[in-house]
Amino acid sequence: MSLPAAELSRARYGRETLHAEWTKLRTLASTGWLLLSAAVLTAGVSAAADAAATCPSSGCQADPAKLSLTGVQAGQAIVAIVAVLAVSDEYSTGMIKVTLTAMPRRLTVLAAKAALVAGLVLAAAAVAVGASVLAGRLILPGHGFTAAHGYPPLSLGDRPVLRAACGSVLYLALIALLGLGIATAVRESAVAIGLVLGLLYLFPVVTSAIGNQHWQWHLQQVSPMTAGLYIQATTNLSSLPLTPWQGLGVLALWSAGALILGALLLRFRDA
Amino acid sequence: MTTITPYRSTARDTRDGFGQLLHAEWTKFRTVRGWAIGMIVAIGVTAAIGIFVAAGGANQSCQAQGGPAQHGAACGGSGLLLGPGGEPVTDNFYFVRQSLAGNGGITVRVTSLTSLLPSAGQGLGATSSRPGVVPWSKAGIIIRASASSNPRSTYAAMMVTGGNGVRMQWNYTGDTPGLPGAVSAASPRWLRLTRDGDTITGYDSTDGVHWMVVGVVRLAGLKSIVQVGLFTASPELPVSAVNIAGISQGGGGPTASTAVFDHLSRSGAWPASTWTGGYTVGDLAAEAQGIGGFRQVAGRLTVSGQGDIAPAIPNQGEPGSAQATVAIYLIGTFVGLIAVAVVATMFMTAEYRRGLIRTTLAASPRRARVLAAKALVVGAVAFVAGLLGAVAAEIFGTDIAHSHGRQVFPEPWPTEVRMIVGTAALVAVVAVLTLAVAAIVRRSVAAVTIVFATIVVPYFLAAVATLPVGVADWLMRITPAAAFAVQQATPQYPQVQAYYAPVSGFYPLAPWAGFAVLCAWALAALGGAAYLLRRRDA
Repeated sequence: MSLPAAELSRARYGRETLHAEWTKLRTLASTGWLLLSAAVLTAGVSAAADAAATCPSSGCQADPAKLSLTGVQAGQAIVAIVAVLAVSDEYSTGMIKVTLTAMPRRLTVLAAKAALVAGLVLAAAAVAVGASVLAGRLILPGHGFTAAHGYPPLSLGDRPVLRAACGSVLYLALIALLGLGIATAVRESAVAIGLVLGLLYLFPVVTSAIGNQHWQWHLQQVSPMTAGLYIQATTNLSSLPLTPWQGLGVLALWSAGALILGALLLRFRDA
Repeated sequence: MTTITPYRSTARDTRDGFGQLLHAEWTKFRTVRGWAIGMIVAIGVTAAIGIFVAAGGANQSCQAQGGPAQHGAACGGSGLLLGPGGEPVTDNFYFVRQSLAGNGGITVRVTSLTSLLPSAGQGLGATSSRPGVVPWSKAGIIIRASASSNPRSTYAAMMVTGGNGVRMQWNYTGDTPGLPGAVSAASPRWLRLTRDGDTITGYDSTDGVHWMVVGVVRLAGLKSIVQVGLFTASPELPVSAVNIAGISQGGGGPTASTAVFDHLSRSGAWPASTWTGGYTVGDLAAEAQGIGGFRQVAGRLTVSGQGDIAPAIPNQGEPGSAQATVAIYLIGTFVGLIAVAVVATMFMTAEYRRGLIRTTLAASPRRARVLAAKALVVGAVAFVAGLLGAVAAEIFGTDIAHSHGRQVFPEPWPTEVRMIVGTAALVAVVAVLTLAVAAIVRRSVAAVTIVFATIVVPYFLAAVATLPVGVADWLMRITPAAAFAVQQATPQYPQVQAYYAPVSGFYPLAPWAGFAVLCAWALAALGGAAYLLRRRDA
């Protein structure tokens, strides 16, 4: 049944669209499984990184908060998949034609999708990051990260640690929005996931091969993954090319750019 | 009575040959514009990243091994010293020498070889260094063509080492073991070298009476007058490990060694009567610190020094410096791989999405052959794309590096061909593997993600991120990413201690062995895909 846009109030229309999108997302078996595996992978890789690290008695320059949030780098791939599938599945099955016929305000559809995917990812990421910090708190003291070496146990009461943890949750949500925007723009799921993963990993690899420190510095400033993950840094902040929040802002710009591109193409292109 | 002949198709029965199948699949591939664009993107990004990396190399500062850094024109052509085999070498050690005219020999007993290690984060100052074992510290006798460090200069030497027993080494890359065990006053080692024309023979002994031949080497074009004497070398210790958090565990640094010789005897014509000591490269840093020298007291010679006489190992310093190899221009391969994987995935999944697979299988009911034709087509296209990308990256990358006056490790041409053709083959087999995975899972996102997770992520973790070397080596042995070994530019020398890890360009498997690991994965996936394609409804 088509919702006659003229007869509904804007708020009501938005709610209906949100409800329709929620039904589609909720009833896909893959959504739940992927979000669960993103959370498990994030926490698991974080715990493994904690277990692999050692801080010898002579001291170390490790950043325990960043170390215990290492899993975010693995979990982000699955988060990107969730976001890409939310859009490209509709195109691969032809469902998009039904969606846009029933809800002709296309930008509202995209906004509803973005809100739902971001919300789901925020929830899964909060669990994953919470588990990662807990694992760090439990595992790291056994590997030399003790108060005697200048590392009190990780605690969310610590402002920088709290910022790193909350920032990591936001980071994963922004990765989801980046994936959603790119998938809306290119429609084809294989291309979308290839673009997202390539974009994330391209900058760190090129940065590692480049010797010119000036170029390195700028690459790190524009890289969605490298800059975005500065939000996890709690030590040596002055050595970073950007402050943590600026870094997350760089990722937010990428996500916003992808969403705007996707929105424009969705608005003016045939489905 | 009329005979009714049943209808027979007039089409020739060769129409369902494999050639036709290949032609059909090629037609499908080439008529989708997006796939051609995808392959062009793969070529473009591989080349563009190589060029970008070459253009963004470190501002050149060439540094003689252990010596002070020199900038710009001061480097001259001496940034990389080449050995007789054309490979870059380190040739800087303390040499106590005399000339030997014509045939002859030298014999000596070594009673001690001790070393000083740097303390954490410190240089070799008198207060911070501590005694220890440098596995490849070297002290012994040497016959060489020139007194100082010269390009393509030949040598042969018998030596005791800190942790690898007696060795005979020649021309930087040659290495043969002699007597095992460490040297001490209680268990001294006797060493002997004899020259007969171009032929040098090395002997060792525990008592100076019973001699064993360690090796016989020919030094082509050795002149009549050669430099013979005692030497001590003590290479820098490499960084021993970097853990997952990027924390360097056990920093390296320069070392110094001292050896004690006695019972020195010579045969043949020795025109000079006294010994001359010095570094083969005027090593200002070492001499200023008072490291390096020799003392002769009542038949006992004490020789101390640092430096090394060995092949040079790349990528031990900053990325993109003179120590880098041409392999870094191929770093864009992994982005090209993502593009190729996306195309290969769609080449399979598009059939399912559009229902074309039913037509395809109706036209060619032998399903495994369809898969084989698809694999051949996508593999061949990916090979060409990989080849073009790698060739462009290498040629333009090297060109740009040279135009900026940067030196890269020279490679013999067979190595360079292996790296480029190997990269093309790597891209081709990854395309086939992706196709097979896509045929198994039939979902685009799943196929791209599986390939990404098994090839790009292990490569990223091992070669870019700072995983512990042990974990990185295992990733590069068992995952399909092992095939990146075809991009290893320089061999790993057992007689040089260095940071041999994927992150510095050294892979645990030999180039084609690593490639075989990828092929095994691709074959397994193809087998699984063929089985499922036959068993499953399309």
